[in-house]
Amino acid sequence: MALMIPDVMLAPLNPLANWVRANSLWPMPFATACCGIELMATGASKHDIARFGAEVMRFSPRQCDLMIVAGRVVMKMLPVLQRIWMQMPEPKWCVSMGACASSGGVFDTYAVVQGIDRFIPVDMYVPGCPPRPEQLIQAIIDLQDKIKATGTLQGVEFGKRTEHMGPLANVEMPGDFAKSRRVSLN
Amino acid sequence: MLNEYRYCNMPFDIIADAVKAKFVDVSTSEFRDNRRLHVPPAQAYDVLKTLKEQYGFNMLFELTAADYLKYPNATDRFGVVYGLLNMTTGERIYVRTFLNEPDLTLPSTFSLWKGANWLEREVYDMYGIVFAGHPDLRRILLPEMFTSFPLRKDYPLRGRGERHNFPVITRAES
Amino acid sequence: MKKFILHPSSFLLANMPLEALATLPEGPDKDYLWTLNFGPQHPATHTTLRLILTLDGETVVKAVPDIGFLHSGFEKLGEDLDFNQYVTIVDRMNYVSPIANEIAWHLTIEKLMGIELTPRCKYIRTILAELARISDHLLCAGAQALDLGAFTAFLYGFQQREVIAEIYETISGQRFHPSYTRVGGLLFDVTDDFVRQVRTFVKEFPKTHADMCRLLNRNRIFLERTQGIGVLSKELAIDLSCTGPIARSSGVVRDLRKDEPYLAYGDFQSAFKVICAQEGDSYARYQVRMEEMLESLKIIDAAIENLPAGAVNVDVESKAVFPAQTSVYRSIESMIQHFELVMPNRQWSPPVDEVYGCIESPNGELGFYVVSDGTGVAYRARTRPPSYIHFAVFPYLIVGHQLSDVVAVLGSLNIIAAELDR
Repeated sequence: MALMIPDVMLAPLNPLANWVRANSLWPMPFATACCGIELMATGASKHDIARFGAEVMRFSPRQCDLMIVAGRVVMKMLPVLQRIWMQMPEPKWCVSMGACASSGGVFDTYAVVQGIDRFIPVDMYVPGCPPRPEQLIQAIIDLQDKIKATGTLQGVEFGKRTEHMGPLANVEMPGDFAKSRRVSLN
Repeated sequence: MLNEYRYCNMPFDIIADAVKAKFVDVSTSEFRDNRRLHVPPAQAYDVLKTLKEQYGFNMLFELTAADYLKYPNATDRFGVVYGLLNMTTGERIYVRTFLNEPDLTLPSTFSLWKGANWLEREVYDMYGIVFAGHPDLRRILLPEMFTSFPLRKDYPLRGRGERHNFPVITRAES
Repeated sequence: MKKFILHPSSFLLANMPLEALATLPEGPDKDYLWTLNFGPQHPATHTTLRLILTLDGETVVKAVPDIGFLHSGFEKLGEDLDFNQYVTIVDRMNYVSPIANEIAWHLTIEKLMGIELTPRCKYIRTILAELARISDHLLCAGAQALDLGAFTAFLYGFQQREVIAEIYETISGQRFHPSYTRVGGLLFDVTDDFVRQVRTFVKEFPKTHADMCRLLNRNRIFLERTQGIGVLSKELAIDLSCTGPIARSSGVVRDLRKDEPYLAYGDFQSAFKVICAQEGDSYARYQVRMEEMLESLKIIDAAIENLPAGAVNVDVESKAVFPAQTSVYRSIESMIQHFELVMPNRQWSPPVDEVYGCIESPNGELGFYVVSDGTGVAYRARTRPPSYIHFAVFPYLIVGHQLSDVVAVLGSLNIIAAELDR
């Protein structure tokens, strides 16, 4: 029996746009430490992140829509992280991979930022020190579900996000307490 | 093949006696296999130079410091340790010198070993000990604007809030 | 415009004092030189390194490394955590071969406290250290090839790294950071599964190694991009404190496993050779690493077949190790001893002195300088990081080469950022 395909389909295009977005994530591997090696293992032959359409690792932030922050971020690196996040075009998402990126992990010291979500928005947290490759793959599947559940074809919600975009407020370097503006942690 | 020349080294005692004869204020100590010369900071460079040029210690494998602020029965604030290795005999020797608060200056050993370059910068970065004559004495691991010396004992483990002194980027801004 | 031409060999520049290098590209008539920022987020830096390169066309005239983008205060944490807790932190130092760091740390502590390990523990640690060496060299060789565009060798390397990760998982429950050593012994004794897995690995690894060699050793692109690139002379290697594969590929015959045998290496002196090369270029470093893996395999083979029986921890009477779990539950003495090792105000009582201990880690001489004030927490826990010392060599190696060679040289040095910055 031949499969009947209707000549005309009437459906909102939003799910189609979300489906496309969800299954063609281009990660920007912001790999700083141990989790970066697990990220490499996720991309390598055994775990093969390509099965979920997210294998196109691009090191240029302007080509990516998913930032995977793998590893701890320290004082000297945080301005770099923020700058790379600002350079990524919308729509974009951020995965905080590992305990160090999510909360500082075991490194409760003077130099390590206690969770990148204090300074940039994060969509998905992956626990573990470092997380197993399966956990990262699960996080990407979950993120795909999240992308599929939100978003519109025109990307109005992304437009709202970017309308206030301007130059980043000048980043004072740490230690310069006389001039620096203390940010509230709320 | 290596073991042949490993055991034909000059005993530590002979080196120590010769150095002691040349420099008066030098003393020695020994713990496990670490054999050490204690020298005053003013003579440190000359002792190191003698060890390199006359006794063949041609590699500086370690240079570090410690802050003895809370150490039991310590008399000096900072200790700097040079670890020297004779690549021909495989012998190691450690040279220790002690510094106190107002005058935290040591002569740089960059002219003896090029490997001292970054090791001295790290000690400067972490303890604020200045190596006079170093070609490029800047902070190496911490940001240039950082004002404290974090491995000193009077600096808290969790810092003084530097790690959270950054602007926040929200969803609307990014 | 007057052109500033460099000698193609970096030897001449490498032997110049650093002051001369620093002043080289300055001056108003050098305005054709341009500056390129390389990193800290760049695929070839693997993690977080930054280089400020001064270029004459595509020739590197000067390279100034800027590091500290992963400085996380390891040594400060070492002054806060006790000897057994700190092992979880040193794990994360050279994260490509974590167990080598653990072994270095606990060997130093055991040297400080004067503990002599049991033969079984020594053998197990030796096997694990050599597995760590293989996994480190696999990643380094694979990533070096990856940076030069050869993706397949990297995949082959990672396949065997997964096998080693499974061995770690069998012994400790964690596939990446095992945190497996303890003062005076190990977390658990190994099981028969471990022996079986290591035997399988010994049998199957040479095939992967041969595959990688076939892909790279005679690969013309790989050869032309690594041979003669980043030449490090023997004198400079010694002067700049290089150790490990990097020094050995420059003709320095020194391997702590032979020269200052620790653990069970004394028993395997005839089982393995020290691999050295004369050339000192990127290709020599690659080849030394590849050949070292086969030597490590011989040590593993000899050790796993002669694994001694007996206890894995030192005697409980030494008050250095935890008593067995069953005896803690059943006898009050064992419970007291367990508590004494856990309570922050009791713990171990090492001599009040300082000691330097080191091992031949995959990257070079990994040492710890521990100052003890008589408590179970190190007063100062200094690491001698091979990556830090080897990255200081980089400006000497790259001057006079092309911009694209930066990647080839960086890959061959195997800089691990967490160990570099600590």
